[in-house]
Amino acid sequence: MSVLIYIDQADGHVKKASLEALSYGAKVAAQLGTTAEGVVLGTVTEDLAALGKYGVKKIHHVSNDTLNHFDAQVFTAVIAQAVTAANATVVIFSNNVDGKAIAPRLSARLKAGLVSGAVALPDTSNGFVVKKNVFSGKAFANIGLNSAIKIISLNPNSYKVEAGEGTAEVAALNATVEASKVKVTKVNKVTGEVPLSEAEIVVSGGRGLKGPENWGLVEELAHLLHAATACSRPVADVHWRPHHEHVGQTGLAIAPNLYIAIGISGAIQHLAGVNRSKVIVVINKDPEAPFFKAADYGIVGDAFEVVPKIIEAVKKLKGVA
Amino acid sequence: MKILVCISKTPDTTAKIAFTDNNTKFATDGVQWIINPYDEWYALVRAIELKEKDPSTVLHLVTVAGADTDPVIRKALALGGDEAIRVNADSHDSFYIAAQIAEVAKQGNYDLVFTGRETIDYNGSSIGGMVAELLNLPYVALATKFDLNGTTATITREIEGGEEICEASLPLVVSCQKGMAEQRIPNMKGIMGARTKPLKVVEPAATDALTTIVGFELPPAKAGVKLIPADNPAELVRLLHEEAKMI
Repeated sequence: MSVLIYIDQADGHVKKASLEALSYGAKVAAQLGTTAEGVVLGTVTEDLAALGKYGVKKIHHVSNDTLNHFDAQVFTAVIAQAVTAANATVVIFSNNVDGKAIAPRLSARLKAGLVSGAVALPDTSNGFVVKKNVFSGKAFANIGLNSAIKIISLNPNSYKVEAGEGTAEVAALNATVEASKVKVTKVNKVTGEVPLSEAEIVVSGGRGLKGPENWGLVEELAHLLHAATACSRPVADVHWRPHHEHVGQTGLAIAPNLYIAIGISGAIQHLAGVNRSKVIVVINKDPEAPFFKAADYGIVGDAFEVVPKIIEAVKKLKGVA
Repeated sequence: MKILVCISKTPDTTAKIAFTDNNTKFATDGVQWIINPYDEWYALVRAIELKEKDPSTVLHLVTVAGADTDPVIRKALALGGDEAIRVNADSHDSFYIAAQIAEVAKQGNYDLVFTGRETIDYNGSSIGGMVAELLNLPYVALATKFDLNGTTATITREIEGGEEICEASLPLVVSCQKGMAEQRIPNMKGIMGARTKPLKVVEPAATDALTTIVGFELPPAKAGVKLIPADNPAELVRLLHEEAKMI
């Protein structure tokens, strides 16, 4: 028996979301009185044994060039072999872009119940129950899993990375790898920016900023805080900002530690995308803006006067001239 | 070419979220039901665009739900599509629903199955992947663009911090999100036409659910906003640093 964690990597580096999954999986293993093992697909430049510090005892590594490009079908078949090799009864994924593609496939393949978007450790006092986000962050559901193998897809930024001591045994897994049917032809990465889905701090702007020419304020504050930039739906719809920055019910749902909303009124659809943020700051000149009800800190004031002063204070705090 | 679009009904985006029966059921009183926005705005509208480009395309919609979903299906048919299939079952288990859709897809021999990236109520993001696995087809999740050239699809999908462009041959399952298409509003001709489009009801295939809903919880209420005077934004920075320890 074991708990198997899928370790997601990009360009040879293990993603932060996977470190959360590893820490979470190690805790689940301890809870069940079993060991945590990991599985990595493709060429990795990092020292996999060092991942032992997150509590994983053994890492199954399938190194095969086909696995350097993502294909959910191929990856699922390989992970299923790792499940057998590890004799796993629980499989953990991060509920990130690749996790969302593989975990459901593995669930259907193994007839293993899946909880996607888990936010807490399972409750094993009476069965196996996992809490997850539902209604776009407006509620939680406790989902019972009764299949022999159980799959949990953990929401990013909902479990803290816990590093201790230890090294993991790294074992090459000789798995059958099918030919990929999805051919990756191009990858466009936005370089020099913090990816929105992984950002710990997000600075976001809305219609209150009046036009794309005023986004310098948002970008400067984001840069100082090592934050990602985001926007509300109307802003993306009128093309002031690119669509991939749109957070909300129909855009990206994010859960950073700190979300700073500038000139966003906080429509219920916008809140659905950001209400899992740990701390919310709202800057809006309308004291009746609904966003203030969901905020932890607020300033009722004109963004064009307030934000430059915030930037100045952050510079002072960080010792930036 | 044959396209199958998976449709789910969800509460309206502004619906009040509350629970009944000792917090085991969603309180549906007074709730307006809509087509799940990801299914409608992105999956269905993109499929309609593909049919407009190639009018020989057969476009079917499928849902797994009770008869109370029929008005929502008619709304989807008012946007486009030739016919709808409703699998007469009520379930919140993704695997059960996916198994029903896979059965419909198998029998209809579709070249392309579109789903929305997730429903806005259960947020599972699971149906597309499960259907693909049950049909043993390739799956591209979280697609932002989809184009067809003969039987080769070019798809852009979201990745962390960017996008990836890939190619795959039909048949194929794709989950759709923002970028795929622009929202449409049904016109009068569409609404009238939808009334006479076939809506077939089929009974579910025998499948076991893999999950059960034990109960729901609402998040704890926020303590309330701490307002900082507009003339002293430095105080906000101090609080974020010293009190919230976020910066």
